[in-house]
Amino acid sequence: MKRVLILFAHPKFEQSRTNKALVQKVNNREGVTFHDLYERYPDFNIDVSLEKKLLERHDVVVWHHPFYWYNCPPLMKQWIDVVLEFGWAYGPQGNALETKKCLNVITTGGSRDIYCSEGNNHYSVNEFLRPFEQTARLCGMQYLPPFAVMGTHKLSTQELNHHTHQYELLMDFLQKDMPVGDVENCAFLNDMPELNKNNAT
Amino acid sequence: MSGSILIQAIVFLAGAIICVPLAKKLGLSSVLGYLLAGILIGPYMLGFVGEEGDDILHFAEFGVVMMLFLIGLEIEPKNFWKMRKTILGMGGAQVVLTIIVSCLVLILMDLDWKVALTISMAVALSSTAITLQTIKEKGLFDTVYGTSSFSILLFQDIIVILMLAVIPLLSNVENAPATDDHSSATFLLENLPLGFQAAAIMLSVVFVIVAGRYLIVPIMRRVATTRVRELLTASALLIVLGITYLMELVGLSPALGAFLGGVVLATSEFKHELESTLEPFKGLLLGLFFMAVGASINFIVIGDNPLMIGGLVVGVIALKAIILFVVATMFKLKIDQKLLLAIGLAQIGEFAFVLLSFAFQLNILDSVQLDVMLVVTALTMTLAPILGMVNERLVLPRIGTKEYEKRPIDHIAKTHKVILVGFGHFGSTVGRFLRASGIEATILDQDSNRVDLLRKMGFEVYYGDATRMDLLESAGISEAKILICAIDDPDTTIYLAKMLKEKYPQVKLMVRAKNRNDAYELLNLGIENVYRESLETSVKLAGDVLHDMGFRKYTVHRQAQKFIQYDEESLRRLAEESKVNDEYIFRVREEIEQQEKQLEEDLKRGLIENDKQWDSELMRLRE
Repeated sequence: MKRVLILFAHPKFEQSRTNKALVQKVNNREGVTFHDLYERYPDFNIDVSLEKKLLERHDVVVWHHPFYWYNCPPLMKQWIDVVLEFGWAYGPQGNALETKKCLNVITTGGSRDIYCSEGNNHYSVNEFLRPFEQTARLCGMQYLPPFAVMGTHKLSTQELNHHTHQYELLMDFLQKDMPVGDVENCAFLNDMPELNKNNAT
Repeated sequence: MSGSILIQAIVFLAGAIICVPLAKKLGLSSVLGYLLAGILIGPYMLGFVGEEGDDILHFAEFGVVMMLFLIGLEIEPKNFWKMRKTILGMGGAQVVLTIIVSCLVLILMDLDWKVALTISMAVALSSTAITLQTIKEKGLFDTVYGTSSFSILLFQDIIVILMLAVIPLLSNVENAPATDDHSSATFLLENLPLGFQAAAIMLSVVFVIVAGRYLIVPIMRRVATTRVRELLTASALLIVLGITYLMELVGLSPALGAFLGGVVLATSEFKHELESTLEPFKGLLLGLFFMAVGASINFIVIGDNPLMIGGLVVGVIALKAIILFVVATMFKLKIDQKLLLAIGLAQIGEFAFVLLSFAFQLNILDSVQLDVMLVVTALTMTLAPILGMVNERLVLPRIGTKEYEKRPIDHIAKTHKVILVGFGHFGSTVGRFLRASGIEATILDQDSNRVDLLRKMGFEVYYGDATRMDLLESAGISEAKILICAIDDPDTTIYLAKMLKEKYPQVKLMVRAKNRNDAYELLNLGIENVYRESLETSVKLAGDVLHDMGFRKYTVHRQAQKFIQYDEESLRRLAEESKVNDEYIFRVREEIEQQEKQLEEDLKRGLIENDKQWDSELMRLRE
């Protein structure tokens, strides 16, 4: 079983219906460490050595956050800036994260169809996530496509349940370390066949 | 008669008004000013005041009683309990050693042992009035020297009861008549069995303690609701007079009783009320007391026997100082604290007047002995402040903790100079954080133990009273960029701030304030950077409570920062308003009024606004 570290960053978690539902499925799961950054570091004073130790103990790193202004909330960026140190995460001897897997789990207010060259947002989510992808790559991690819950403003309860169930299945998939070949061609992990078996499992 | 009282009052007041500012201008303590005024108007100089000086002395002892009441108000019962070892240890050692040594010396001088013992007992006592007034004036109450002095004086106040009880046993005449009304009051219980006397004393102490809690406080509350200010003054005076009378009745020292009463009331809500009401009475009465001491110096006796009197005065001071020094060494005080203590308490005290006159009535002393001893007592009291000043100005800077130790100052430190005044709980945190960030502040502190430690740790430290301009100047105030005032005492803080604002306006002042009211006062003086010591901590505590109630930490963090910002703004607004009603309103009530205004503002404002940021509710509605 692979160990999964969810780095969660949400400045107003208490008011996020979607994220509450998502988090509920994973925060007490065995083999998954749910790490609530805004609760842990309200003053942005990140304990770097603790964060490094956490990373070393896990195989999969999940950046779970709402997608604000096409980006992560500032504490997540702060985390990337201070934890991924030269000589540790990248650079000459920086191989602490090599062979780990990494992905973004995001929620967006806008629906998937406005994130394209014809939509209001002009670019796709994958394009917006390029900095994360390259960050993971520089650290020698294998970057997976994102898991995105989109159009949260208009999500029905049923749709939300579907997403949360998928999130659970995703954890299962990551923990069991399924071959990545299956997912490299889909834009979103949501579209992976393993997550869309219609409760066949 | 009324005319003569009027004239007397005018003479005393005028004497004080002329002499005290003069003494202050010369850098002397006000005590010395009063004493000199007393000598000046006394029967042997200008002769405005005659023999009635003694009556005035007795009356003015209320000043001492009030002073102890006020000191009691500042000492909470549990702190008093903590001091018991120093009181018994230092006080006991000082009194016993002084009596033994002085008695031996006097017996060697061919005096009868009874006379020697009586005089020795008087010599062992020091002047509470002079010493404590001087200590308070210099703000040294919280130093080792201050508490040691206070402990010894308190022990003397207790032991004087025992002395008054022992002296009749030394009397040569059976059943000596007690004619003086002071002693008749003192020994009302004399004819009763000893057990009953002790019981009465215990009972009255218990009465003071119980009455303080369950009688005085409820009465004060009643009085306060009438909103008639003079009634509060009346009740404050009534408390002190009542305690004094009760204590004299059972033969206890009134000062001691008043001190106890003060301690009992120290935790009541009327603490500040009582303090501010009695303060002027205390000041005036103490002044009167010092003047009466000055006036009672009998220059005819001195003129008859100048060498003997001079010898006695020097002898007494030397003896007392040496023994105090030994006691201080036993209790491991530092060299300069030892010197301050030894010289500070080297005078004979006001209780000696009572003790000696009482011994005279009992025919233990003859009239020549009494006169000589009274003069010696008054002279030592007069010399004490002068000696203290010599010690402080000439001796201390050379011995032990020096005002300043030369140390090379690098160039950057000189041009970006930061001065930190006070290195107690608050100041030390400031200083340590600055040092941790590579900024070395120049420190001013008046605790010599601390100064030595800091010097060992490589700080640039100046020892002494920060309100002294010359000390500030040698610490480099003229080149300083910032002065941090971390002094505990609000009055000193305000004094310092005013002085610096006037003389060195270019220095940026960053000032610690104990609470809102001190902050108002500082803001109204035009000081921009006022730091309330309790604000951040209490908001942090409340924040932790909110987190425990389920709030998210980051949300609480933002709310707390908003609250602090809002509170600082409201502080500045309310400071403007508090200018209007300054003088005549009861201090306690003023505080309540301020709090009311503050709560009203909070109410108007409502809950701290929730962050609208990150809220998708609005977007959801639009869509």
